[in-house]
Amino acid sequence: MNSILTSKWTKVVVFLACLIPAGLLIRGAITGNLSSNPTQFLEHATGDWTLRFLAITLAISPLRKILGQPQLIRFRRMFGLFAFFYVFCHFCIYLGLDQVLDFHGVWADVMKRRYITVGFTGFVLMIPLAVTSTAGWIRRLGGKRWQMLHRLIYVSAAAGVIHFYWLVKSDVHLPLEYAGVISVLLAWRIYNWYTNPKRGTAIPKMERKSSAPAISD
Amino acid sequence: MLIKRASDLKYSDITPREDYVNRRKFLYGLGLAGGLALAGKGVADLVSPSIRAYANTKLSASSPNPFDTTEKVTPYQVVTTYNNYYEFGTDKDQPARNAQKFVTSPWTVSVEGEVAKPRKFTMDEILKLAPLEERIYRHRCVEAWSIVVPWIGYSFSTIANLVEPTPKAKFVAFESYFDRKQMPLWDRAGIQLPYVEGLRLDEAMHPLTMLTVGMYGETLPNQDGAPVRMTIPWKYGFKSIKSLVKIKFVKDQPPTTWNITNAHEYGFYSNVNPNVDHPRWTQAREVRLPGYFKNTKTLMFNGYGDQVASLYNGMDLKKNY
Repeated sequence: MNSILTSKWTKVVVFLACLIPAGLLIRGAITGNLSSNPTQFLEHATGDWTLRFLAITLAISPLRKILGQPQLIRFRRMFGLFAFFYVFCHFCIYLGLDQVLDFHGVWADVMKRRYITVGFTGFVLMIPLAVTSTAGWIRRLGGKRWQMLHRLIYVSAAAGVIHFYWLVKSDVHLPLEYAGVISVLLAWRIYNWYTNPKRGTAIPKMERKSSAPAISD
Repeated sequence: MLIKRASDLKYSDITPREDYVNRRKFLYGLGLAGGLALAGKGVADLVSPSIRAYANTKLSASSPNPFDTTEKVTPYQVVTTYNNYYEFGTDKDQPARNAQKFVTSPWTVSVEGEVAKPRKFTMDEILKLAPLEERIYRHRCVEAWSIVVPWIGYSFSTIANLVEPTPKAKFVAFESYFDRKQMPLWDRAGIQLPYVEGLRLDEAMHPLTMLTVGMYGETLPNQDGAPVRMTIPWKYGFKSIKSLVKIKFVKDQPPTTWNITNAHEYGFYSNVNPNVDHPRWTQAREVRLPGYFKNTKTLMFNGYGDQVASLYNGMDLKKNY
């Protein structure tokens, strides 16, 4: 198990797997199979994958502990960056297709519509996390401060779920399912801090030069 | 969908084909009403659901129509796979799949309330009340997408005049069919069911307001509101109630489903209005399906202002959204 987790090929495979949703959406766009309202389909799909990758990222720490597999940390940054990748696509689709590059309209939306306010906030808060995801930034900020900063992901995940909940017209089942998953993952942290106050979330020791791919290194 | 494995073949699987043809005649009103009505009933019992789902019957209707828009008609595929019909699921692609087994025959529509001659109409009667017209209307959803649909039917006033509304009638309340057994996803809809809608009497009697029995030259597919629905082209799509079973002329403004669900977002009138935004998105633009860009300008009253604006003279449409 450990050798699989530490293999550089595993990272390559996981990386490619994370690209599959994007690949399917591009294929759908080319073949005209994105439903009858392709823009809405793309918005929903990229929004869904953002929430999924946020949940996967937040699941790493609990899983390391529960499964006794500390090597899982190797994948956390990649998942987090994929969450950012999908939310960035989500925002670009909204900006380009829904708002047709009307920046004024986007700003009016952000100020006026609470589900966009909260969604946009969640997105913006992920930008510093993506930027400081490198080993260099961990060194520059220092582990403690880096860790504090990266706790913003809790805010983004909560914001993402609220964004979705406020967006739907009446059927809130799916947003509530996401809310359930994110709540469990955040509750585990509270429980963990409470029972284990000395040990926070892990600060990754970045390998100096890895041949495995990473998005923003 | 008629192909079955040999071991599955029973007499009842073979006969529906003929019954299905009979049903066409039934709908065309070409046969003897009594005997064929029995056959129609028989169809409901015998036809396997997949067969019925594809039994869209051709309708002959007059065209062109003075109300026609000259805009490009939306592909049939789009209009039949992208539906808001929450009784069959809240995802847009769900009704097309989940409404396949929906039984729409036999069907009656009860017209009652403040009328001199309340009565029930069978589908057969509804199809023959007036010559069918094809009308190409814009259809604007409150969710800021739009389509152009060749509906088939006639002005709602036709059926209203037959029952003779009394002077007490000021509004018309509409009700959709609702059956938990046939609509197992009903409890996920998040809206009160049966679905109800309403119009002011003068809106209902406006010649644009249509009692719709078909589209694209055929009877309505289940997911588009079979067998009979309303079409009010200057209002957001949710006002155009589907699978209509009850029409009631009433004194007071009737409750309407989306207004009950969220009064802040969905008013009784719900006229298409680019100047009154939905609280969560702009109504100034729309995406014409199946396009990508939400860059079609939304028109006041969905472009039917010349015909209907006078209905709202002196009304504050920002307040009465």
